[in-house]
Amino acid sequence: MDVTNYIILSAILFSIGAVGVLVRRNAIVMFMSIELMLNATNLAFVAFARANGNFDGQVVAFFVMVVAAAEVVIGLAIIMAIFRTRKTASIDEANLLRA
Amino acid sequence: MRYSFALEAISPSLTNQVATGSFANLWLLIALPLFGALVLLLGGNRTNSFGPLLAALMPIASFGFAVYLWLELLALPEELRSQNLILFEWINIGSFQVPFGLQLDPLSMSFVLLITGVGSLIHIYSLGYMDHDPGKRRFFGYLNLFVAAMLLLVLADNYLLLYVGWEGVGLASYLLIGYYQHKPSAAAAAKKAFVVNRVGDVGLSLAIMLMFVAFHTVTFAGISDKAEQGSATVLFLIGLFLLVGAAGKSAQVPLQSWLLDAMEGPTPVSALIHAATMVTAGVYLIVRSNSIYDLSVAAQNAVIVVGVVTLLAGAFIGMAKDDIKKALAASTMSQIGYMVLAAGLGPIGYVYAIMHLLTHGFFKAGMFLGAGSVMHAMNDEVDMRKFGALRAVMLITFGTFFVGYLAILGVPPFAGFYSKDLIIEAAFDRSIIAGIATLLGAGITAFYMSRLILMTFFSNKRWEDDAHPHESPATMTIPMILLAVGSVASGYLLTFNDSLKHWLAPVTGYKTPEPPIAIPVLIAMTLTTVAIGVAIAIRMYLRQADRVAPTNVSIFTKAARKDLYGDAINEAVFMRGGQKVVNGTTTVDNSVVEGSVRFIGRITLGLSKIIRATQTGYTRNYALAMLLGASLMLLLAAIVRL
Amino acid sequence: MSLVFAISATLAVAGALGMLLSKRAVHSALFVALTMISLAVLYLQLSAPFLGMVQIIVYTGAVMMLFLFVLMIVGVDSSDSLTETLRGQRVAAIAVAVALGLLLTSSIGGAVIASGNSLDSTIAGGNVQAIANLMFGKYVLALEVTAALLVTAAVGAMVLAHRERITPKLNQREQQQARFADYALTGKHPGPLPPSGVYARHNAVDTPALLPDGSIAANSVPAPLQARGSVREVDQVDSQQIVDLSQGNVVIEGGDDGRN
Repeated sequence: MDVTNYIILSAILFSIGAVGVLVRRNAIVMFMSIELMLNATNLAFVAFARANGNFDGQVVAFFVMVVAAAEVVIGLAIIMAIFRTRKTASIDEANLLRA
Repeated sequence: MRYSFALEAISPSLTNQVATGSFANLWLLIALPLFGALVLLLGGNRTNSFGPLLAALMPIASFGFAVYLWLELLALPEELRSQNLILFEWINIGSFQVPFGLQLDPLSMSFVLLITGVGSLIHIYSLGYMDHDPGKRRFFGYLNLFVAAMLLLVLADNYLLLYVGWEGVGLASYLLIGYYQHKPSAAAAAKKAFVVNRVGDVGLSLAIMLMFVAFHTVTFAGISDKAEQGSATVLFLIGLFLLVGAAGKSAQVPLQSWLLDAMEGPTPVSALIHAATMVTAGVYLIVRSNSIYDLSVAAQNAVIVVGVVTLLAGAFIGMAKDDIKKALAASTMSQIGYMVLAAGLGPIGYVYAIMHLLTHGFFKAGMFLGAGSVMHAMNDEVDMRKFGALRAVMLITFGTFFVGYLAILGVPPFAGFYSKDLIIEAAFDRSIIAGIATLLGAGITAFYMSRLILMTFFSNKRWEDDAHPHESPATMTIPMILLAVGSVASGYLLTFNDSLKHWLAPVTGYKTPEPPIAIPVLIAMTLTTVAIGVAIAIRMYLRQADRVAPTNVSIFTKAARKDLYGDAINEAVFMRGGQKVVNGTTTVDNSVVEGSVRFIGRITLGLSKIIRATQTGYTRNYALAMLLGASLMLLLAAIVRL
Repeated sequence: MSLVFAISATLAVAGALGMLLSKRAVHSALFVALTMISLAVLYLQLSAPFLGMVQIIVYTGAVMMLFLFVLMIVGVDSSDSLTETLRGQRVAAIAVAVALGLLLTSSIGGAVIASGNSLDSTIAGGNVQAIANLMFGKYVLALEVTAALLVTAAVGAMVLAHRERITPKLNQREQQQARFADYALTGKHPGPLPPSGVYARHNAVDTPALLPDGSIAANSVPAPLQARGSVREVDQVDSQQIVDLSQGNVVIEGGDDGRN
């Protein structure tokens, strides 16, 4: 099966996710963009698994999903903790490391 | 009466004998005054009561021992008269070996007698002169220190030990010129003397270094053995550097500026150090280095030029000085110019240089002591314009002073006649110009010395209201009388049967001068010039002198009053030039060196300011950077795989 | 290019762009959910049914809902203004992302090797069994480590979200005392709000409870509904029935009273 289209789709989704990370200021929307990027890579893995005729790609995609879920949990907990003290969810507020 | 005119040529021929018998105690000569100095200077105020007397006894003891050694030396045959006592091995580094040794030969013996003899008399004089001074313990301590250092200078058997004594007399001179610590002018004069001496000392140390490099030895015996092996350039340079050192110590042009200022010290100091002994160290150095100078005509010419210029300059300056001590100092400068000139003439002049040195020691010290006596009587006044008609009040002072005056003029049968005339003859042998210069100098000397004595002891009374001049006490007058006797007798004694010539020639060498003009004619010319000088002075100053120095005077007088602009030249050329160099170096250091360092710092700061702009603190900017980096890596991977 | 792919791909990209461009965060979350479901369809297309189901259940169901919950907590109205505050960020981001996309496409897209194997033919016992074989065979270590990661994440989330009590927890006695103190001061009713009641005919939240004499218990409807005026009218027949009931006169029809 020709999976080139899937790869191209994956690349497009990845790029859109990247722009989302860089451009959106709301921390939670940024997180969603990161999830999008992870999903794009999952798609690539599965596509290549299909192309190579083995299931290794699917297993890796599975693991990626698990790890992404764990990461979302922690990330959102952090955003909530920051929100409780700062009362804002904007990424730009955390700029104390500026030189 | 006169010496023989037989043509002779004697070359130096003494070799060092190891000192035995009483000569093995040679070191006592130095140790006695050194002991006195240590006791007085380290003992502090506890020694105030007996200190001066102890200090005065030390050079007398040294003089006694010196006379004894002299008689012993005379008893020896001529070839054995160089006694060398090595006290210990001083420096021993590979090929550089310098012993701590003392050498007693006719030349150093003469100096030892002069130093201890005149030194003893001046110590006794100081007992009276400094009686009222609260710090006299310090004074006598320094004076003893000086005598010890000067004896070390003349007794050393190598140039390095001589240099130690050289520095020691420089130090003692500094301490004694600045003895009146409360006077800023004295402190400045002491500093000036030390600094100018230092310039000369650099010359001497360069000479010693050059000697070591060329001959691998610095002892007198070693140098005289190996001097012929040196190249012409090396010999000339050594001679030149030695001349620089001698000019510094003996106040010759161009290092003469300190001597007139040195009169800030007490008068005994001026008499001992700046008339009889320290300033003659330069002449000693040149005569002792005869093995070098005999082989380098160029160096001799340099010495002659320095001597001629100085004798004329000193005489010229002396004509316009109203300070009695400064006038005598200018006279000293001029007379040492004669000695240096004679020493530069080579074998025809060495003996005469020493002869003039010895006679000058007597009459100049005597005149300085006389000046001190006058100052003592006139409440420490030094301006001759405030003296006048003192001969009736201070007969002994006047008498001794007059004897010294006749001696310096060169009136027969006084000492100066013999020594100065012989130098004039030797000068004419070498060059007509030098001869004419010496004649001219004699005439000018006659003028200014006559002026001095007329303004002080004759002419009209120009005293201050509170001046009550009286004769000085015996402790002061007896040394003056003794020196006056020396002024009379020394000339005769030194030339009787060519005594000095035969005494010194084995050390220095001797050759009879053959002046182009016949000697009786020369004598007549000399006496005539002297008479003219005296006559002019009598015409101007016998009756009366001005109480205040006249201001509308010729440019020559103005120049003479300003020491022929010696100080002005030093300041403009060396001091200001040196300051400019220092300022320039400081500016370069500040702007270039510091500037380049600061520039590096500024660049770093500037770069960091630029790079700091990337640290915005915004997460999204950092994320962009990460993405950019990842893209670049991908790009590289893609390129590589292509 | 099959039709399923075309539609799913379009939906996926549309969802992604929607997430990027929405002003409100909740809209972005929903758009992402759309993308994920499209991706699940694509997984199915790629002979990965298990993964497709897991995608829907875990990702769309759990993760995105978690996002929505946190959005609720943080504040739904917190929307960014669409103007960019950092200079050049937007332009640079789009430029770099476009470059990245092209790079990825060209480098990885061209690396696909068409394989002769079809996944269907190598399935031994089905997709799940094949994945399980790999997971507990070749990748068992990764599995264990991921499990540890999950545990750590759970604990970490608990720690991070934990709120420390600032005031001490009141016990029952203290709560009662506080209630009666309030009653004494302000006349606030110390007990709970009335439920639907014994005589209830309906148990909807906006239907008021009936008191024995047929009147309405005013505070049995929540205050917001009262404020909005959406309190339901009580039927007069019901009121009458309740009066009768309370006086013991009426037998209720059509209901098992449970006593027989």
